[in-house]
Amino acid sequence: MSAAPPLKRRARRPNYRLRRVLVEAASAALGAVVVVWSLIPVYNMFLVALDPTGHNEFTGEIWPLHPTLDSFVALWTEGADDVEHIWSQFGNSIYIGIMVMALTVVIGSLASFAVGRMRLAQDWALTNTALVTYVIPSSTLIIPFFRVMHIYRLLDNPWAVIAAEVTFATPYAILVLLQYAKLIPVELDEAARIDGASVAQVYLRIYLPLIAPALAAVGSFAILLSWNDYFYQYMLLMSEKHTTVAVALEQFFDDDDAPWNYMMAIAIVYSLPPIAIFYALRRYIAAGLTKGGVTG
Amino acid sequence: MSGTQVVATGGAVPFGRGRPSKRRRLYGSDFIWSIAFLVPYAAVFAAFVIYPIGYGLWMGSNPSLYAELFADPRYTTAAINTLLFLALAVNAQMLGALLLSGFFMRPRRWIKALLVIYILPWALPAVPAFLSFHWMLVADRQGLLDGLLSVLFGVEGPDWFAQGWLALACDIVSYIWKWMPLWTLILLGGRMAIPPDLYEAAEMDGASPYRRFVHVTVPLLANLYLISTVISTIWAFGDYAPVLFVSGGAPAFSSNVLSTLGFRYALDFADPQLAVAAGLSGLPLLIPLVVLLMRRLSTAEVQL
Repeated sequence: MSAAPPLKRRARRPNYRLRRVLVEAASAALGAVVVVWSLIPVYNMFLVALDPTGHNEFTGEIWPLHPTLDSFVALWTEGADDVEHIWSQFGNSIYIGIMVMALTVVIGSLASFAVGRMRLAQDWALTNTALVTYVIPSSTLIIPFFRVMHIYRLLDNPWAVIAAEVTFATPYAILVLLQYAKLIPVELDEAARIDGASVAQVYLRIYLPLIAPALAAVGSFAILLSWNDYFYQYMLLMSEKHTTVAVALEQFFDDDDAPWNYMMAIAIVYSLPPIAIFYALRRYIAAGLTKGGVTG
Repeated sequence: MSGTQVVATGGAVPFGRGRPSKRRRLYGSDFIWSIAFLVPYAAVFAAFVIYPIGYGLWMGSNPSLYAELFADPRYTTAAINTLLFLALAVNAQMLGALLLSGFFMRPRRWIKALLVIYILPWALPAVPAFLSFHWMLVADRQGLLDGLLSVLFGVEGPDWFAQGWLALACDIVSYIWKWMPLWTLILLGGRMAIPPDLYEAAEMDGASPYRRFVHVTVPLLANLYLISTVISTIWAFGDYAPVLFVSGGAPAFSSNVLSTLGFRYALDFADPQLAVAAGLSGLPLLIPLVVLLMRRLSTAEVQL
């Protein structure tokens, strides 16, 4: 009996080691699958963009045989029919994206301050109101939205798109900000008020700095929502002057003979801003998403 | 003046983060301030939520629209496809996110680096990403995926968009590719919020990794998982991009979902009323989901 425990342990040790090796091997294999899964469509974008004709899909190439940067050069100089307005289209997309981000952050933080901190109403009342936005899917709401924008005389105006995208970005923003605001002790506000700070000062000097990570997360969500959108930009903006990149990309899709290398070059450049923002703010986004972690 | 708010709590000032008071009354300037802070959102809500929703309900209020809709075989196909899409794409995505969030919890440097790559599809805009999927699949069995299949396994890929179910499957996979990273990140946040001592205690009691997952992770993550699934279902219902750009509804309307069918009704057939009706026919599904979400969010504290 006295010899049994050490014997048993000795017998199990190689077993443990084997198991650890197996776990590491399995996680390495899973890691490899994740990399391939995540990167194949991205690789395909480069494969098409670097091809001189843009029609390499029909040859079954899996490697760029004659890579060239022609498509990017054409994009840079606007040196082809299909890309002659590309930079003004980029300007439009960026303008809309930045406005959506700024307005979502401002409107969301003001509303969450009034309700979450000043307790104008109960949290759930605001959350439930915001969720009403989800009752009709956004792809259906576009049609009444179009009519309503006509009544507001905002058709073919970037602000129509900005309004629509802010509308769909704010419910989620309010959800996140209200949850996040709960984590900050109310006594901070009260102490500042006793020291003579005005409501505006509490909002600007105490509330905003403390919820900065959540604001970064919410702002990135808003700009990604704007970058993901196509339907509203397509429907609400008609004139060439206001066309955005997402709509321009779709026009390539409609045309069978379109130079797809240009399309993929545009797609790659169009993908850069959200990726840059995302990776620049990654730390804050992670904090904004996780700090409110009161699961239950 | 500025002290009124504090005094008005009537002595019982709650300290710490216990029950944060019954409602304190807001007086005078504080009340005006808080109203002013809420005005921008109220304005957006009235002008761009209430009015368009009301307008939409009015546009789709004629019962004959629905008779026309149900008589259209394209609608039946799209409705079935929508249910398939929601059931398969959302659940597969959430399940994958649950498992992968566990993988990304492993304390390894290379796994942290891997997360950065894994998040890429979420940061990539929808239109280019789905167009890339389309071009990978479409081109007469010669796209990148077919090329890889023939080089690696020596098999010729199928004609991806020749059959409705295969085209829909391609859309579903593209959707999962794009959105699984977001929900993985959210569930990862939920997992990180679980106190590690719970796992240590369970391990001390001899619980196997499987039992730790079932008895610690699952109950603590259940609410967040449910809420994420509901939000994701609501979003997926309105998401036209994977179907519109990957399969385009090919072949012959057989892989459309309700959101893209509405698009066709409105633009190709110039019948916006019917398009709105097609969207509103999803209300019996969406309203219970939104109500469930409201109840869940008001009773439980969740992180998103």
